[in-house]
Amino acid sequence: MIALLRRDLALALRSGGGFGLSLAFFLIVVMFVPFGIGPDRATLAGIAPGILWIGALLACLLSLDRIFQLDFEDGTLDLLATSPLPLEGIVAMKALAHWLTTGLPLALAAPVLGFLLNLPEGAYGWLFLSLLAGTPALSFLGAFGAALTVGLKRGGLLLSLLVLPLYIPTLIFGAQTVVLAADQMANQTAFLILLAISLLSLAIVPFAAARALSVNLR
Amino acid sequence: MSLWEYANPVRFMRLTDRVLPWLTAATVFFLLFGLIWGFFFTPDDYRQGSTVKIIFLHVPAAMMAINAWIMMLVASLIWLVRRHHVSALAAKAAAPVGITMTLIALFTGMVWGQPMWGTWWAWDPRLTSFMILFVFYLGYMALWAAIEDPDTAADLTAILCLVGSVFALLSRYAVNFWNQGLHQGASLSMDRAEHVDSAFSTPLYFSMLGFALFFVTLVLLRTRTEIRARRIMALMARERLE
Repeated sequence: MIALLRRDLALALRSGGGFGLSLAFFLIVVMFVPFGIGPDRATLAGIAPGILWIGALLACLLSLDRIFQLDFEDGTLDLLATSPLPLEGIVAMKALAHWLTTGLPLALAAPVLGFLLNLPEGAYGWLFLSLLAGTPALSFLGAFGAALTVGLKRGGLLLSLLVLPLYIPTLIFGAQTVVLAADQMANQTAFLILLAISLLSLAIVPFAAARALSVNLR
Repeated sequence: MSLWEYANPVRFMRLTDRVLPWLTAATVFFLLFGLIWGFFFTPDDYRQGSTVKIIFLHVPAAMMAINAWIMMLVASLIWLVRRHHVSALAAKAAAPVGITMTLIALFTGMVWGQPMWGTWWAWDPRLTSFMILFVFYLGYMALWAAIEDPDTAADLTAILCLVGSVFALLSRYAVNFWNQGLHQGASLSMDRAEHVDSAFSTPLYFSMLGFALFFVTLVLLRTRTEIRARRIMALMARERLE
């Protein structure tokens, strides 16, 4: 399992594809907001938590189809499926690799981009923490969507349509955590529920995704 | 004699063939009865005027929008556990009906909300939940449409329906946390104070029954169509082999 994780990490880092791209995408989305809204600092501060969360979420979405697609095409996935490793473990490792290469860098980059949008003081730490807590849910749910669409030729658009509705609770509680922190209100409830959603996804999604994968590999 | 006998497509077709005319008649009767009574023989509300009559479309449609998803969930579970094809096809058949009910509920709600709340749309929890339900239906139907092999499609959509149900339910409570609402509480309830007047509730029950029958009729009809389409596919495959 660890070997699989290291392999996926090495592939993601060295092939140069998804790793830097999603960060660049995040930067561009955040940069576009003032272009669309106008550079008024008070307005930007009001919408900054939501924009940063939505930007991170969309950046996460970009690299989802890579989770299984390449391995499916060259047959690695078939080999992995026949290996003694349970399919659920493979899914979990793949999702974890996706999180380490996408969710974690996004969480690290978000506070920096917060400066661009004049994010209120006191919300920076919570932005980082909420993304740290919420992006695993995004990666795992995304792995589920990727497992559903892996057999399709042009699954990318469908993948977004399937996965985005599943992201709604994560987005609501994640963004609320930061919004409440920005308004200096108690945000523990939102943050704890966000953590709960992440743990729930970690617990149930590998089974559903493994089942979908085995259907697609049939 | 058990319910599972009708999982056999031939038996299912024979039964539905006999039942459908009666169901159709009952649907027409209850729908017309409930709606005509509701529209023409109920008094105007003292504050809402005649707009209150939208309730006879709005509430039953909203009820069926949710129930259609629950029916899809049950059918998906039956397909995953017992692998009866009729069940998978019924889930597929129910989705377009469910999404239409969702749209009816959203649209009638907007028509009512404009004069009453002064706005076509507000990000109220109930309205938002229905919007979310709508996208879940969209994803489910898109997945059915995208996959060619019918059994793979049935499996994957069933899994999506299960996971989707969990997250749709989560979203429903998440939006409560996120925004306080404009929408009034339940119109029908055991609690007298919350319950609408019986002048409205009696025709509403008829209308709800009519919508439920309407849904069952449509789903049975569409399932029959799906079974026939499946049969044609099988026949064509056989012809190609020969």
